[in-house]
Amino acid sequence: MRDTSLEVKMGEEKNVSSRNIRRIILDQSKRANVGHIGCALSIADIIAALYANILHIPDPNHPDRDRFILSKGHAALAVYAALRLKGWLSEECLNTYCGDGSLLGVHPEHALKGVDFSTGSLGHGLSYGAGAALAARLQRSSRRVFVLVSDAECNEGSLWEAVMFAAHHRLSNLICIVDLNGQQALGYTDQVLNLSPMAERWKAFGWDVHEVNGQNTLEIVETIARLDITFGLPHVLIAHTVFGKGVSFMENQIKWHYWPMSDEEYQQALNEVEAML
Amino acid sequence: MRAAFVRTLVELAERDPRILLLTADLGYMALEPFSDKFPDRFFNVGVAEQNMVGLATGLAEAGFIPFVYSIVTFAALRSYEFIRNGPILHQYPVRIVGIGGGLEYGHNGASHHGLEDIGVMRVQPGITVIAPADYRQTRTALLASWDLPGPIYYRLGKDDKTTVPGLGGDFKLGHAQIVREGADLLIVAMGSITSEAVAAADALASQGVSCTVMVIASLNPPPVNDLVDVLTRFRLALTVEAHYLVGGVGSLVSEVVAEHGLRCRIVRCGVKTTPHGICGGQAFLHEMHGVSRQALVEAALKGLHGEPPRTPPDGEDPNT
Repeated sequence: MRDTSLEVKMGEEKNVSSRNIRRIILDQSKRANVGHIGCALSIADIIAALYANILHIPDPNHPDRDRFILSKGHAALAVYAALRLKGWLSEECLNTYCGDGSLLGVHPEHALKGVDFSTGSLGHGLSYGAGAALAARLQRSSRRVFVLVSDAECNEGSLWEAVMFAAHHRLSNLICIVDLNGQQALGYTDQVLNLSPMAERWKAFGWDVHEVNGQNTLEIVETIARLDITFGLPHVLIAHTVFGKGVSFMENQIKWHYWPMSDEEYQQALNEVEAML
Repeated sequence: MRAAFVRTLVELAERDPRILLLTADLGYMALEPFSDKFPDRFFNVGVAEQNMVGLATGLAEAGFIPFVYSIVTFAALRSYEFIRNGPILHQYPVRIVGIGGGLEYGHNGASHHGLEDIGVMRVQPGITVIAPADYRQTRTALLASWDLPGPIYYRLGKDDKTTVPGLGGDFKLGHAQIVREGADLLIVAMGSITSEAVAAADALASQGVSCTVMVIASLNPPPVNDLVDVLTRFRLALTVEAHYLVGGVGSLVSEVVAEHGLRCRIVRCGVKTTPHGICGGQAFLHEMHGVSRQALVEAALKGLHGEPPRTPPDGEDPNT
């Protein structure tokens, strides 16, 4: 069984922090004058936990690395930020975000080193992840597969096909994280297509379910460290998050799914993120 | 073709452990040679075609060569966006195997008729598209293509007995096969209906019309050079397919004619309308949609002797 003792040592990679990820999200969104800011901010702590303390990636091209799939591809900027902070993406490349000829679009492409699978169309990532987890089992590898989905993504029927498959085949090396921020493009999830109680639904489908504070990196890291990835059910963390977390005027506001920031908004957002603990 | 495909896949799987077979709960009395021999490499994923292709994408990223199997409509259409975003855009070696192209599932009705699969696959530049004409060509085509680096779509028929006279199981990617030579008319056929096209050529021969019959199994890459070579020799070509008129072999031939400025008139024989709920066997449906051998003969004679083709702009007839 994998030695998880090292994985709970917080601060091993101090640079890959929630605050630095949020700072990059704001800087790059402002520079490129694009939206999808709120949904990237809501996963900043999950991404920090994964890249600083959980994912075992000796090198992004290592065949036996853990796989990570950002199934909610529209928040790719948070992953680009982590890749930059890990040193796998140059500042020069990061600064091409959403530019002509860039490898860094709003949604991630696997042509970029560090992106295992291209995503952008919701409902695909968990199927990729289940296949990747099955591949690891067939190859007798201890590598794990992490898939981050949005709560609105659970509207997609295809996601539940993958949920059923993973449970039936007891893919215990598959860990899904649901970013339960309660919002989707045109409204709040409970008003658009109510999926609560989310945890009960995953339990009913045969998964090992853990509810966590998705804004608490330590809680995320500790929860994942306790999972038995060698035997049993696939795991899901229902991560309770706040859309736009860290920027007061974005939190729980629908318009910040798509909206870009003005100069004043950017400065206020940056000040608030810098002041976060 | 189905039995030939499974037999050949078993042979390949014995040699290469990367080969896996996934089915969306179809293939009863067909896939057992593989599932019995390689139970750990066979997965019935349930009735979930989108997930099947997504799984295959994840497996292929790790180095496997997954074959995913279902009836043409479910394999190609239900999971189409997964095929596009997964194997095609990642360029992974996933093999999508659609069974029962065209009207082979006759009585099962329109939900089971694969009439647009070649069209939707052919619009994607990143996927090899293969539609063998008989079971011998199925084997050859599989042996010639199974380990290509990118994705492949195979459109297979259910008939494991009929062979196309003169084909001899030949297949070469990016090429077409000429199975008989004649001077009066060119017939270009795709898929298992090719044997009907050859039968139509026989009937035409008895009426004094000699036909060249070309088989196109490699739809992508298309056999452009072979087509140009043969189309320059004819004034009229009949395309034959159990597929809607748009997107299949008739479209392919028309594209080649247009892009190369050839003076060959094309008569496309394929399915022109949705079936309006009318049920029947394959032969009945071929008749109903104008692709039976008799309908092909009539279309050929009408093309040759009916309304004359328009005179080329410069007034020269290329065939005189």
